[in-house]
Amino acid sequence: MAKYLLQRIASALLVIFLVISLTFVLMHSIPGGPFSREKQVPPAVLKNLEERYHMNDPLSKQYIDYMKNVAQFNLGPTFRYEGRTVNDLIKDGLPKTATIGFLATIFALGGGLLLGSIAALKHNKTPDGVATFIATIGVSVPSFVMATFLQYYLGYKLGLFPPVGWNNGALKNLVLPSIALGAYPIAQITRLMRTSMLDVLSQDYIRTARSKGLPGYVIIGRHAMRNALLPVITYLGPFFAYILTGNFVVEYVFNIPGIGQFFVTSITNRDYSTIMGMTVLFCSLLVVFNLLVDIAYTFIDPRIKLTGQKGA
Amino acid sequence: MFKIKKKRVLTVAVAMLLVVSVILTGCSSNQPAAPAKVMKTSFNAGAEPKTLDPAVSTGVPETHIETALFEGLTRIGEGEKVMPGIAESWTQSADGMVITFKLRDAKWSNGDAITADDFKYSWLRALAPETASEYSYQLYYIKGAEDYNAKKGTADAVGIKVVDPKTLEVTLAAPTPYFIALTAFHTLYPVNKKVVEANKDWSLKAETFVSSGPFKMQEWKHNDQVVVVKNENYWDAKSVKLSEVTFKLIEDNKAALTAFESGQLDALEHIPIEDIERLKAAKILKIAPYIGTSYYRFNVTKKPFNDVKVRKALTLAINRQMLIDKVVKGGQLPAYAFTPPGMVDVEAGKDFRKVGGDYIKEDVAAAKALLAEAGYPDGKNWPADVTILYNTKSDNKLLAEAIQNMWKTNLGIDIQLHNEEWAVYLENQKKLNYNISRAAWIGDYADAMTFMDMFVTGGGNNQTGWSNAEYDKQIKDVANKSGDQKVRIPAMHAAEKVLMDEMPIMPIYFYTLPWVIKDNVKGVFYSSLGPIDYKFATVE
Repeated sequence: MAKYLLQRIASALLVIFLVISLTFVLMHSIPGGPFSREKQVPPAVLKNLEERYHMNDPLSKQYIDYMKNVAQFNLGPTFRYEGRTVNDLIKDGLPKTATIGFLATIFALGGGLLLGSIAALKHNKTPDGVATFIATIGVSVPSFVMATFLQYYLGYKLGLFPPVGWNNGALKNLVLPSIALGAYPIAQITRLMRTSMLDVLSQDYIRTARSKGLPGYVIIGRHAMRNALLPVITYLGPFFAYILTGNFVVEYVFNIPGIGQFFVTSITNRDYSTIMGMTVLFCSLLVVFNLLVDIAYTFIDPRIKLTGQKGA
Repeated sequence: MFKIKKKRVLTVAVAMLLVVSVILTGCSSNQPAAPAKVMKTSFNAGAEPKTLDPAVSTGVPETHIETALFEGLTRIGEGEKVMPGIAESWTQSADGMVITFKLRDAKWSNGDAITADDFKYSWLRALAPETASEYSYQLYYIKGAEDYNAKKGTADAVGIKVVDPKTLEVTLAAPTPYFIALTAFHTLYPVNKKVVEANKDWSLKAETFVSSGPFKMQEWKHNDQVVVVKNENYWDAKSVKLSEVTFKLIEDNKAALTAFESGQLDALEHIPIEDIERLKAAKILKIAPYIGTSYYRFNVTKKPFNDVKVRKALTLAINRQMLIDKVVKGGQLPAYAFTPPGMVDVEAGKDFRKVGGDYIKEDVAAAKALLAEAGYPDGKNWPADVTILYNTKSDNKLLAEAIQNMWKTNLGIDIQLHNEEWAVYLENQKKLNYNISRAAWIGDYADAMTFMDMFVTGGGNNQTGWSNAEYDKQIKDVANKSGDQKVRIPAMHAAEKVLMDEMPIMPIYFYTLPWVIKDNVKGVFYSSLGPIDYKFATVE
């Protein structure tokens, strides 16, 4: 286990390093820069700006300086917000994004597991049809449509929840964004859960359990659920990374001051340090969650051992 | 047995869902009504400010908030009049080169006295190369300022002199009649020398933010809102009736409009095009004047637009009023010249645009004749790859499609459309990698020079490859060298005529600013230069 973890951490660091380097190259090769303006900045002013942000240094020096800073968890100052660092942006925004992400997770995981299980138990009956319908809607409706729809109908027309705003994280403000953010994953989880539960329920050991006269909830809870969960757990790694770093559209529509917006705005602003910072953050989270998911396997299914190769 | 259990699980699940939905629904309640007599209002400023340090800020949201927080030597009032601000009066030397400002007994929001030294410090700070202020060139009108900013001169050589704590003497590089109005522009706002020297991060937090205007900073929640409250130390505090203004930072215009309609917000600008007609019909849409021109650039260095006849033909062959009525819909004005209304002319009260008149007369027959003369009769031989470049935005696309269609119908020519992400589009426009390019220009001050100096040879904002000796002469040698409106304004009229004869650009419409505000908020002043001013506003 320890050897396995060390191997994984080493490969994770390598992945992060490669991603940073690649992003650095790609970012500097797109046209335009952080000071591209419709009103042209006079050359002398541009020179002052470049000096201030060390953009007149050769790219190789900028790259090495950046790597040194990242090694010390210093992601540098932003180009877009005067006097704030990328660390500040993450410190301010991540907790808000994570709050919405956490609520969306409860919604998606709880709802998805429940709907998926019900659909499997009532295979080809009305509840199955309803669950499949919800899942199809969730997967096929783009999040900006979902977010705007919820905002307009539940927020504005029915007045159930405030249509926009963070409002210091008041629960009523978080409901719509959480649902909008959870809509896609709830659908995914429902589908995964339904398929794998159907598969598990048709296994011999379940029939054995039934024939022994075990009550339904024991069969589901003790025998079927753990095996049916495996595909869902696999999905959870990328899911957590996705949901914790937020969703640009949901934050944009509901005006949530999280970090999801920076993934898009940093690129349009050519805010180099923020682009890099967001990449580092997302990449690290993804790597960490994938590792956690692998560890979680061993608890769910004791047959899986972390030895560098997954045992069957 | 098994079946029954399953049913029970289902029942419990449904019950839980119901309970959760009831709890969540119960959470929504309306805001309690504000106690009477305390006047508060809110406005959507837009994106998160880059900074609220007036010397380095650039964007539109920043100017809205800074107009509430700060006051310069002058302040722009109703009708774009230049009103005394921190300066109570000023005098100009006969040649217009030296302006002496007399400051009133005004105080900073922290109670310190505002002195001439604060102004000198603030302006030199904006010019200092280390500050790297993007708008530092707004101070280039002062003698020695450009050299200092470009590291070719010293701060001591800049023509700003503190005669005594209440007297500031400014020596200009050339006579600039609009310099006094420019002191109401944010780059020239004062900052408190003592505060800034003691804490370079003063502008980042509400607690350390010190300002000179009708309001002071109360709260700044990033990407959420900036709250300003009445500044009791402001010299004209008795005129300020509002106790609080909340500047919301909602970037999505559609969401902001929903917030307005559901009562979360009192006013906003940037109305989505698709909502304009509905709001107009409901009589809540307001249209404010806005000094700006929407136009297309022609790349005159490449065929077919190296031929003035082609440029003219295309310019004459569109129907501007129809574009306004059917596409942009915000009550814009058709642009038959480049400089928009709202600019001063020689005589006080006269408008530069009215005096100059129209230079373009839409005429399809004449356009066809010009195109035939240029070698493309009825669109024959027209190159297949001529393209309109625009930055990716649905409004730009709608306009480009409508114009493409008009040229096809009226002139029989095919034009392609191509959209690019903002910074890529700017880069390609700058490098002349285009045939026709969508463009817009918003004035910085109410003098035609803010438009007319764009197209001088090699100017950073020219970006058409066009060069004309007569135009350069009128702008650089006549208008920019004289402080006499009787000399410089006719020169700018002459230059505009040259520009419209040569047509390196095709004016489309003059901007307006469609906006909405709750009926009970009165006395808000929207400057045609962009900023909204809540100084005299009240809430009924």
